[in-house]
Amino acid sequence: MSDQTTNSIAFVAKSTIPASPPPARETGVIRWLRVNLFATPGISILTLVALWAIYTVLSGVLPWILNGVWTTDSLSECREVLQGKVGACFSVLTERWNQLLYGFKYPSDQYWRPNLALLLFFPAAAPVLFFDLPRKLLIFTALYPFVAFWLIWGGPVSAPLLALAGFVAGGAVFQRFGKANFALGFFGGIAAAVVIWWLGALLLPASGGDNTLLRQVPSRDLGGFMLNMMLGITCVSLSLPLGIALALGRKSDMPLIKGICIVFIEFVRGVPLITLLFVASVMLSYFFPPESTVDLFLRVVIMMTMFSAAYIAEVIRGGLAALPKGQYEAADSLGLDYPQAMRLIILPQALKISIPGIVNVAVGLFKDTTLVSVISMFDLVGMIRGPILASADWKGVYWELLGFAAFLFFIVCYGISQYSQWLERRLATDHR
Amino acid sequence: MNNSVFFGALTVAGLAAGAAAAGTLDDVKARDKLNCGTNTGLVGFAAPNANGEWEGFDIAVCRAVAAAVLGDSTKVEFVPTTGKTRFTALASGEIDVLVRNTTWTFSRDVDLKFDFVGVNYYDGQGFMVPKELGVSSAKELDGATVCIQTGTTTELNLADFFRANNISYEPVPIETEAEAQQQYLSGACDVYTTDASGLAATRATFDDPSAHVLLPEIISKEPLGPLVRHGDSEWGDVVRWTLNALIAAEELGVTSANLTEMTAGTNNPEINRLLGTEDNLGEMIGLSADWAVKALSVGGNYGEIFAKNIGENTPIGLARGLNAQWTDGGLLYTPPFR
Repeated sequence: MSDQTTNSIAFVAKSTIPASPPPARETGVIRWLRVNLFATPGISILTLVALWAIYTVLSGVLPWILNGVWTTDSLSECREVLQGKVGACFSVLTERWNQLLYGFKYPSDQYWRPNLALLLFFPAAAPVLFFDLPRKLLIFTALYPFVAFWLIWGGPVSAPLLALAGFVAGGAVFQRFGKANFALGFFGGIAAAVVIWWLGALLLPASGGDNTLLRQVPSRDLGGFMLNMMLGITCVSLSLPLGIALALGRKSDMPLIKGICIVFIEFVRGVPLITLLFVASVMLSYFFPPESTVDLFLRVVIMMTMFSAAYIAEVIRGGLAALPKGQYEAADSLGLDYPQAMRLIILPQALKISIPGIVNVAVGLFKDTTLVSVISMFDLVGMIRGPILASADWKGVYWELLGFAAFLFFIVCYGISQYSQWLERRLATDHR
Repeated sequence: MNNSVFFGALTVAGLAAGAAAAGTLDDVKARDKLNCGTNTGLVGFAAPNANGEWEGFDIAVCRAVAAAVLGDSTKVEFVPTTGKTRFTALASGEIDVLVRNTTWTFSRDVDLKFDFVGVNYYDGQGFMVPKELGVSSAKELDGATVCIQTGTTTELNLADFFRANNISYEPVPIETEAEAQQQYLSGACDVYTTDASGLAATRATFDDPSAHVLLPEIISKEPLGPLVRHGDSEWGDVVRWTLNALIAAEELGVTSANLTEMTAGTNNPEINRLLGTEDNLGEMIGLSADWAVKALSVGGNYGEIFAKNIGENTPIGLARGLNAQWTDGGLLYTPPFR
């Protein structure tokens, strides 16, 4: 019986058949092409059109870039070298490299100062951007604005030290009294800082003369991409806290604070940035005597900070409104007072929701720094449109210069965007 | 920057409001620096070079004034202004003199309360056409498409000219000079019109400048000159006569080459008065006796400055034309130094 069963089957496979390779059209490159590029006749046609478009663009642009001339001294020399061939005249970038980056008046033997300031910016910004780093590093972040100011503007070291002393005194007063009485601590802190600055301004000489460690560089001499970076970094970092304060103020129950915040936000948001800049550069000089005007850079920083703070306030208000009412009530039921509730429960959630909007404003603000060229400050675009295109050597070089400017801005804005996406992933705590 | 500056400014504001009425000449001497308003960049007239030093035809006037007043042509702070900010910068006292190829017009002189002290360049609106068009006069441009910057006086001049000659045209509005250049070269318009000096500068940057011609008609008057604030005649005199000294020096044959020789004394009393070896013109104007010598030692006389920055041997290649001395059939005519 057992025989019968064993012999009744003619063939028994002793092992599994080895897997045969998939058909050629279902594997590798061919499959990828078929699925992604030539799935249907319609898609195939679109693919061919796209290929043709890419080819047209590249065949125009690549020879232009690869034939580029890098070493001549003027546009006419470029044309001589090219002999009528297609090619870019990148020589303008090499010859005016320093002017594009630092403006044309920053003393050339002092370029290391803004370079060092930029280098120090990364460790200073790191603990704010990447909050897994040790908190002790924030001390350096707090010192950085004063170090950077001294590096870029130079002059007597007492000015930034005095400013720092004022902030430290204000902070100390707030620490001492703020716990018990917020208003007392807040206004007492401001008063302490102002007193320190006022005393310091009386005691210290107005200017330290020329025998200072770092030569003084007036604001008018700043320029190039350095100016864009300085304006962008300063205004974004100042407008974020101001924007948070405005957003909270607008949600406040106190009618006076709420009214002030609403008027400020609606007014600033309802006015074009370029108008504010004109006010900063033109109108304010009527109100001050010629010799003691507020620094033009400071005026622009104030206006741009106000502008972006109003936008950020509205973005954050959106984040606050998105939180369910239960979160506020939960904070109240835990017995937290207003600052604690905001700091521990409300703002962390609201800010997380607002990240894309805040980054949007930040990127927009950074690009808007080029608007200062219309009030005759020589930022990157101002340098290109003014001095460089107005020199007899380089008049008529447009694509190379503006392409370079676009490239620099793209690097920075893309970096900001990548950071914000990392931040969103890092903070994703919900379950989707 | 620091708050002390801000609060200091507020308190000083009231005090200084009275002090600002003092003469600009004294202010400049006290400051030991001339604040000169200039262009953010215009080929041949004002632009920083690769080393960041300003040069150009307008810049030379600023340097001459600084040399005449302070004895040093480097004691100038060039304040770049745009077309929109230039007049407020001068009115608010941020700059002492504006040399930014600004057209002398009635309303600017009278209504805006400025004093034009003279003319350093006689410009006018011209036309540029491709040579292959075969046009030799603007009156043959019937039916042409014209590239024109919107919102400028050139737009109005153009309309006037075509209407007066009873011919038609089609405007192609453009915003900036860069755009105009692209449009014109790509053939979007037959004619490009703007100030003649600007046309020459634009043509100089073309791949093949000889393929384009400037038509002989000049359809508007654009006298460009330095200006100062109304009501400070002493300072206005200083700028006016510095400019006149540059022009007179050319007429009298004083150049940077023979300046030292001439300063030793000549038998032409007019030259002696100009260079301060006779009479005391310097004292009358509140400057040193050799003020004109200092002004001339910067870049030479008017003709030399013209030739160096925008003349026929530069890429811009402007002919003297109206800007020749009156003895050569031009409009430059300075009152006598007496």
